[in-house]
Amino acid sequence: MDLLRFATAGSVDDGKSTLIGRLLYDSKAIFEDQLEAVEKTSRDRGDEYTNLALLTDGLRAEREQGITIDVAYRYFATPKRKFIIADTPGHIQYTRNMVTGASTADLAVILVDARNGLVEQSRRHAFLTTLLRVPHLVLAVNKMDLVDYSEEVFESIRSEFAAFATKLNVPDLTFIPMSALNGDNIVTRSDAMPWYDGPSLLHHLENVHVASDRNLVDVRFPVQYVVRPQSTQYHDYRGYAGQVAGGVLKAGDEVVVLPSGFSTTIAGIDTADGPVEEAFPPMSVTIRLADNLDVSRGDLICRPNNQPMVTQDVDAMVCWMDSASALRPGQKLAIKHTTRNARALVKDLQYRLDVNTLHRDEAADELGLNEIGRVRLRTTQPLFADPYGRNRTTGGFILIDESTNRTVAAGMITTAE
Amino acid sequence: MTPLDGSGFEYSMSQLSLLEAESIHIMREVVAEMQRPTLLFSGGKDSIVMLRIAEKAFWPAPIPFPVMHVDTGHNFPEVLDFRDRRVQELGVQLIVASVQDAIDRGLVREEPGGSRNRIQTPVLLDAVEKYRFDALFGGARRDEEKARAKERVFSFRDEFGQWDPKNQRPELWSLYNGRVFQGESIRVFPLSNWTELDVWQYIEHEQLELPPIYYAHEREVYLRHGMVMAVTEHSLPRDHETVFTALVRYRTVGDATLTAAVYSEAVTVRQIVDEVSVTRLTERGATRGDDKFSEAAMEDRKKEGYF
Repeated sequence: MDLLRFATAGSVDDGKSTLIGRLLYDSKAIFEDQLEAVEKTSRDRGDEYTNLALLTDGLRAEREQGITIDVAYRYFATPKRKFIIADTPGHIQYTRNMVTGASTADLAVILVDARNGLVEQSRRHAFLTTLLRVPHLVLAVNKMDLVDYSEEVFESIRSEFAAFATKLNVPDLTFIPMSALNGDNIVTRSDAMPWYDGPSLLHHLENVHVASDRNLVDVRFPVQYVVRPQSTQYHDYRGYAGQVAGGVLKAGDEVVVLPSGFSTTIAGIDTADGPVEEAFPPMSVTIRLADNLDVSRGDLICRPNNQPMVTQDVDAMVCWMDSASALRPGQKLAIKHTTRNARALVKDLQYRLDVNTLHRDEAADELGLNEIGRVRLRTTQPLFADPYGRNRTTGGFILIDESTNRTVAAGMITTAE
Repeated sequence: MTPLDGSGFEYSMSQLSLLEAESIHIMREVVAEMQRPTLLFSGGKDSIVMLRIAEKAFWPAPIPFPVMHVDTGHNFPEVLDFRDRRVQELGVQLIVASVQDAIDRGLVREEPGGSRNRIQTPVLLDAVEKYRFDALFGGARRDEEKARAKERVFSFRDEFGQWDPKNQRPELWSLYNGRVFQGESIRVFPLSNWTELDVWQYIEHEQLELPPIYYAHEREVYLRHGMVMAVTEHSLPRDHETVFTALVRYRTVGDATLTAAVYSEAVTVRQIVDEVSVTRLTERGATRGDDKFSEAAMEDRKKEGYF
């Protein structure tokens, strides 16, 4: 059984909670005690049917204050796959939450209400999905029951979205007409829409091929921790522990360690379960090198003929996530990139992007909460980076305000020089 | 190239391998970046899995931090025996933060009815302060409860150990922000993305030993609020409660006065995996009296500094 992580996005009343409730309920991930609580609440509220949306209802702090607290993670499994849903709320602080949920997603489901068609938020969701390089996108046209399961309605939304998507570089796009409330095309194909010959949503989620989305070409191994046992049995053992960020490493491979630039070969790849012949993303392993080099946390192991950019000048798209402050040129922040910590100076804000219209505002002088822009950073130490589009691990970073320790921004490296 | 784990694709990993790789990465991040971590070890199945992952993350070096047990004094003796033996096998230091000691010292007072659930929190915070821990690994999972579903892997706590759900640090990719000022700490949940079934499948795969009460055994029990409670020195039946013998096992192991058993005939891990696959009750809903106080019981306790 493998694992699929997906994010769901939608506007306030498009039925996202009902859809998730339906997936959990129909895949039997809902337990009787949870269902009882929901049935009781539905009765208390006078609902005509059990409101599956309540299954994803949030914390008391949220209900009391009428706010939604960022991403909730939910789990279900079928005999084929385990699923992790990053459920991002629909309104307040939307961009920040969606960026967070999409950062680890293999697939995103964007819901639209068939009655309303594409709205401004649908375009924003699609843009953020592609900004975060989520490899698979599903446009779920929900509430088809309220438009008499009309093929024309579905086709018109499909063609409008497809035209918009060409501007965004969406790698894999699937359209599914559905009714989350009635369960049409959620788990099984619906008889109500005989004109639709595609898969149900669950069938698609179970079968979409995600293993090939990982970068198996560029060897990237950020050193996370140096293992030195200090015991008689392993007296001379020195291993470099980390999680493979790209490529396939094998014992005997010639490698280069950055930043020193020294070459050596891989003597062995260890795990607690014994040595392995190959390591690939996202395996956590410990690498032994043939030569005794000075290697520490934050260094990176790669192949001599395929190295990342080594740079202190970084161009990136940045999403600002802090409500108490803003990004401004001249600001100094801490940066965390793979296993490397440094400080960064904001040299320049090139433009702020309007996520609804994709308009670039080059006169902007700051980025506030939920705003996205292109910046240039100068770092105190070189980063070993790839463009985010090529590798989400070596291309992504976070910025931290050193006076508050808060994570204030997420960045995606575009190029560096 | 043949598939490595039978999942059918070259260079693919099973869900358990993926979860394990993520948990190992989280543990190494903590040890690399934090000053004084510890791991909360109760002898329960989630903490047993967590300890196994710690063993793997730093192999062949020993686990580079102590483990801590917040001991309510209301224990199942089988679990304490197991705890002590496991700690000795691994050669790790065990710190016991004792609720009984704290009562004797006057730090906390037992609630009427003898429940020690809420008073665990000040005892935990007292130990964190005493040993100056800045990172505490906990075995909690997001599938357990809805407050947990929204909590970060690195959960920031202020000087009072409090969780502020409205003020959490964004957590993207596998980049974790563990920065704290003095007195603050991070609760770290390496098993955040595991489900109860994943935990049992991992126990089966790794052939992990568990305290015997996780398997079906005959025990003297009585019913309280519909839950099957064991007769122990800390949890005696009241007059109207009838004692009978039943075949039961535990799904979670907590304070003996609050943790209920379930009827079961499962005596092997495989049989438990089969039972868990078809069970229709959450593990907390079925067996934890401590979450039944109100719909938001867990949320409230976390805000006070609970795990």
